[in-house]
Amino acid sequence: MVITRGFSGRGRPAGRSSGRIPPGQHLVSDFPVLTAGPTPRTPLERWSLSLRDAERDLTVLSWADFEALPQSEMTADIHCVTKWTKLDTHWRGVTVDDLLKAAGLTNPPGMFATAECDGGYTTNLPVADLIDGKAMVATHFGGEPLTPAHGGPARLLVPHLYFWKSAKWVRSLRFRDGDHPGFWESLGYHIYGDPWREQRYTGDT
Amino acid sequence: MTSAAPLPLRWRTATVIARRPETSQVATLVLDVPGWPGHRAGQHVDLRLTAADGYQAQRSYSIASANDGTAVAITVERVADGEVSPFLLDEVRISDDLELRGPIGAYFVWNPEAGNPLLLIAGGSGVAPLMSILRARAQAPDPPAARLLYSSRDEASIIYRDELDRMATATGGPGILYTLTRERPTVWSGALGRIDRAMLERVGFPPTDEPLAFVCGPTPFVEQVAADLVALGYPGERIRTERFGPTGAVG
Ligand SMILES: Cc1cc2nc3c(=O)[nH]c(=O)nc-3n(C[C@H](O)[C@H](O)[C@H](O)COP(=O)(O)OP(=O)(O)OC[C@H]3O[C@@H](n4cnc5c(N)ncnc54)[C@H](O)[C@@H]3O)c2cc1C
Repeated sequence: MVITRGFSGRGRPAGRSSGRIPPGQHLVSDFPVLTAGPTPRTPLERWSLSLRDAERDLTVLSWADFEALPQSEMTADIHCVTKWTKLDTHWRGVTVDDLLKAAGLTNPPGMFATAECDGGYTTNLPVADLIDGKAMVATHFGGEPLTPAHGGPARLLVPHLYFWKSAKWVRSLRFRDGDHPGFWESLGYHIYGDPWREQRYTGDT
Repeated sequence: MTSAAPLPLRWRTATVIARRPETSQVATLVLDVPGWPGHRAGQHVDLRLTAADGYQAQRSYSIASANDGTAVAITVERVADGEVSPFLLDEVRISDDLELRGPIGAYFVWNPEAGNPLLLIAGGSGVAPLMSILRARAQAPDPPAARLLYSSRDEASIIYRDELDRMATATGGPGILYTLTRERPTVWSGALGRIDRAMLERVGFPPTDEPLAFVCGPTPFVEQVAADLVALGYPGERIRTERFGPTGAVG
């Protein structure tokens, strides 16, 4: 560790937030947008969400099907690998548990999942990080429908991992036994992405 | 990924070897990074500052230089009330040590072998990684046609102006169009106003030429430009975007 001459720092976590900002992160009050490429815009009548077992569709939900599922709320802190952290974000959507139930499943059909999105984006996660109330497909942020720039109409929300795992414009969850690196994971980002362990890039332990 | 056990990106000590003011709010720091493995145009570094009591701050900065031995240039714009950028602009001196790791990024990168015409669109300090691309292009043996469309608030805010003007007049140099959003100089050969679809159509390459677009700047700027390029028929996978800087300001 090299002390930086003249640097004292200003962004120290204030009382209320201490212990909630992972190493290397700083608080923001706005909501930055980071996306590879242009923002896809899918009209709701052409939107669907599918759960897949490898190549096979287990269920395909229309927007109306999705909205008819039990809606859950989640308040969470989110952490982007580009170093910002936002506290107490408020979301509404359908938990992955309820999606699996809707597909008639008691257990996910594989150890890993790949979220597949409009625009071709993908990201991979262990299913253990998606179930037991840990993750949802969110359609509302702060009480409002998600805007396209933030992943609307629907994004995955896995708040305990770096935010690139919370894939915007999600259209399917593909379950498999192997862990297949997604878009950023095959471009040098960490396969798992735990913010508390600063697993930013490939090779970070 | 090719190797089974990837090497961690480790923190390295970098020494400031030059400082260049670019505009009143922007400066370039040239860092000597012993053991620097080289980089591709468009990649960035993570910088880490450590206070005497151990408090640390990290931020990302695009690499503005072409691959050049162990020297890595970054160009920093002041964010009013920012924690790190004012420190880099006001406090850092030659021979100071900073910590960084990189190069990072494999998406917003330009490969000199790619034959596609290159459309670069910058807002404000978003020109930094595009400058790296233009500098790398200037060294490439057989570079494709390239155009830069660069939006700034006013003439005095144009970063790298002299070097860009020299590039533009060199044989095989890129076409460059500046546009100013908040000033109308009496003598001005560039464009005026925000980048819009008509300007992009005029400056860009037709989609049939299979151009590759790199867009970098504040978020609303990138959102708008990327959407306009899609509307002009650029396929999404040939529009690379990088967003940084405060969410509100547009160049
Ligand atoms: C991949 C990448 C490349 C970058 N390259 C460059 C570069 O080449 N040159 C450059 O000057 N900057 C670059 N940045 C931005 C840089 O990392 C810092 O965010 C910037 O210097 C501001 O830091 P600060 O500590 O001065 O301000 P902070 O103390 O972090 O911010 C003060 C306030 O400004 C706003 N703000 C600042 N930065 C951002 C942001 N990134 N997104 C949203 N809001 C923000 C926030 O409202 C924040 O509360 C890059 C960012 C990324 C992610």
